Amino acid sequence: MAEENPQSPSSGGPPKPPAPTPAATPAAATPAAAAPAAATAAKPAAKKDDARIAPPQKTYVPRPGLMDQIKDSQIWRSVFRHGYPNTVRNRSLAVLSNVFLHLHPVNVRTSGLRLSFTWCMGGLTFFLFLVEVITGVLLMFYYRPTGEYAYRDIIAMAEHVPMGIMREIHRWSAHAMVITVWLHMFRVFMTGSYKPPREFNWNIGVILLVLTLLLSFTGYLLPWDQLAIWAITVGSNMARATPIAGYEGPLSSLISIDDVNLVHSGDDMRFALLGGRFVGEATLLRFYVLHCIFIPLVATILMAVHFWRIRKDGGISGPL
Amino acid sequence: MKEFFNALADPSRFFLIFTVAVFAMLKWREFFTAPKVALTIFFGAVVFFVWAIRDPGFKANITKPDNIPIIFMLFLVGFFSWLSLYRAVKNDRRIDRGELPEEAVENPKKVLTWPDLVYSEFLCMLIGTAVLLIWALLLKAPLEEPANPNKTPNPSKAPWYFLGLQEMLVYFDPWLAGVILPGLIVNGLMAIPYVDTNPKGNGYYTFKERPFAITSFFFGFIVLWVSMIILMTFLRGPNQAFFGPFEPWNLHKVEPTVNIQFSQIFWEQWLGTSRPTGWFLRELPGIALVVGYLAITPMLLAKTVCKKMVAQMGNPRYLTMMIMFLIMVAMPIKMVLRWTFNLQFIVNIQELFLNI
Ligand code: HEM
Repeated sequence: MAEENPQSPSSGGPPKPPAPTPAATPAAATPAAAAPAAATAAKPAAKKDDARIAPPQKTYVPRPGLMDQIKDSQIWRSVFRHGYPNTVRNRSLAVLSNVFLHLHPVNVRTSGLRLSFTWCMGGLTFFLFLVEVITGVLLMFYYRPTGEYAYRDIIAMAEHVPMGIMREIHRWSAHAMVITVWLHMFRVFMTGSYKPPREFNWNIGVILLVLTLLLSFTGYLLPWDQLAIWAITVGSNMARATPIAGYEGPLSSLISIDDVNLVHSGDDMRFALLGGRFVGEATLLRFYVLHCIFIPLVATILMAVHFWRIRKDGGISGPL
Repeated sequence: MKEFFNALADPSRFFLIFTVAVFAMLKWREFFTAPKVALTIFFGAVVFFVWAIRDPGFKANITKPDNIPIIFMLFLVGFFSWLSLYRAVKNDRRIDRGELPEEAVENPKKVLTWPDLVYSEFLCMLIGTAVLLIWALLLKAPLEEPANPNKTPNPSKAPWYFLGLQEMLVYFDPWLAGVILPGLIVNGLMAIPYVDTNPKGNGYYTFKERPFAITSFFFGFIVLWVSMIILMTFLRGPNQAFFGPFEPWNLHKVEPTVNIQFSQIFWEQWLGTSRPTGWFLRELPGIALVVGYLAITPMLLAKTVCKKMVAQMGNPRYLTMMIMFLIMVAMPIKMVLRWTFNLQFIVNIQELFLNI
């Protein structure tokens, strides 16, 4: 019977009891309805003249358990195209037919699997990035990037939002992510995994490292407290010393018409970064947009490339 | 005892001790990675922290919410340096005996992603989530007074992961420490796969097969990046003055700065004349020194010590590597010059904001 059902999975799993007829399927989800469903399933098999389908059953057939019925339902089978992953075939299918898992190859080398080889640092970095996305979205519900509201919204988050530890998780994950990226790079260096054919992926990684630091840096301003604006002030003061393009930078004074300097504090590198001559509301908005939209977007794209390249470069590195 | 640590932590001594320790660890890695020795060092560090945290100043500095991650990082960097060297030493011994590295023995075996890899990923995620939740419940995110552009806190510091660069500001002009140097670090990292032509050590831990690469990386990452973060975060207080770990942060401490320019040393001390007035002539010796360092050293080395290297790598690779390497080494050189001669700038063209 199950074999005649066009939607049945071609599972190599353990032999299953006969599936309920499709008509009975919706009802089968509740235990109470399970008994009649099993009964209908058994009836046609008992017909004498149709021996092709199944021999007359005298032995006791256990009723399919709830889990089996759920797994035979159209809903379940529309999601999972394979049987229980306890055979090589189904385990391969589990990876191949899942959009998230198919990031991985079906087989991995034992050496690359070891935690003492990869330290799972790349994986943890990615995990922390996901945590940042989720908690970040929650924070955005409560936060307005203006001089008037920013600080107050941060306080409100801790005081008025039930279970208000999202800001804590977001901040500590951000710090942790910086650390795990460094350690990931350290591991990749120590296993020599940047060597051919992985040079390009190492470079993608370096850009991801810079983006991670920039994400953290732009986010640092958003609480709009003393810690925030002065850290960003110190950090961005460097930009005024950019050669040629910063007004205190070397050689910038050469760019002038007669006595008028073309590079000054109102149009130099730092001004472009901050949207003003000092860290102010324009900076807050700028950093907010960079922090919440632009950098995460670029980082996401590059991570996709990074992961894809790991596969294309032959998986986690190992001795040839 | 505390006095002793305070004196030890003086920037020059701190840097010296740290550098020597890292090189010693690499040189005698067989000894240092032995689990017993490593554990002893670990417990030593823990005991130090437990003892030191009873000092109120030390405690206040260490337990600032944003400084906690740095402590985590220190222990993690220590642990993973140990782990990678431990595995490298093990593999080097095997290679010496003519065996394959551990990874190569395991390599032909493959396992299924589901369940093996998915399991360990899931486990890492669970542990990660648990750590984050506990951390978030125990430690509140810091929030100071509302932003006030008119009130500069003393000291003002950049976010912790940039503090290595801020420490460089003590020795270099902002255009170098804040713009050129970060740019070169990023470019240097990107260049690594293209200048390291050693085909060995790809995909397994080893030290002996690539000693120069690993030593340089340890020097750049641990000595120059991590140790500078420690220095700037924990050992510099108000006015960016130096404070020992057990020294109270006194707002009025100002370090006396005696600044000497290289042009002064050259014209006044060595030649015994006064400095020329035009900047070009005045700074010519300094410019010559810098250009010589970056242009002539690679050539000299190419003809002598690094002959084999050049033949192997080719000129463009060799030059890129050498210049990156020389700039990296220029950091400690400039630091030492500062500590020993109070030398501020080698080239000092105030007229163009060009100081090196
Ligand atoms: C947002 C930052 C990053 C994420 C999410 C990330 C993620 C990952 C993951 C999940 C892996 C698989 C192996 C492992 O976990 O170790 C990996 C491998 C790799 N990563 Fe990253 N990474 C990041 C940054 C970097 C950086 C900064 C570098 C180097 C500068 C880098 C270079 C590499 C290379 C070369 C591989 C291949 C390693 C091998 O085959 O053994 N990645 N990355």
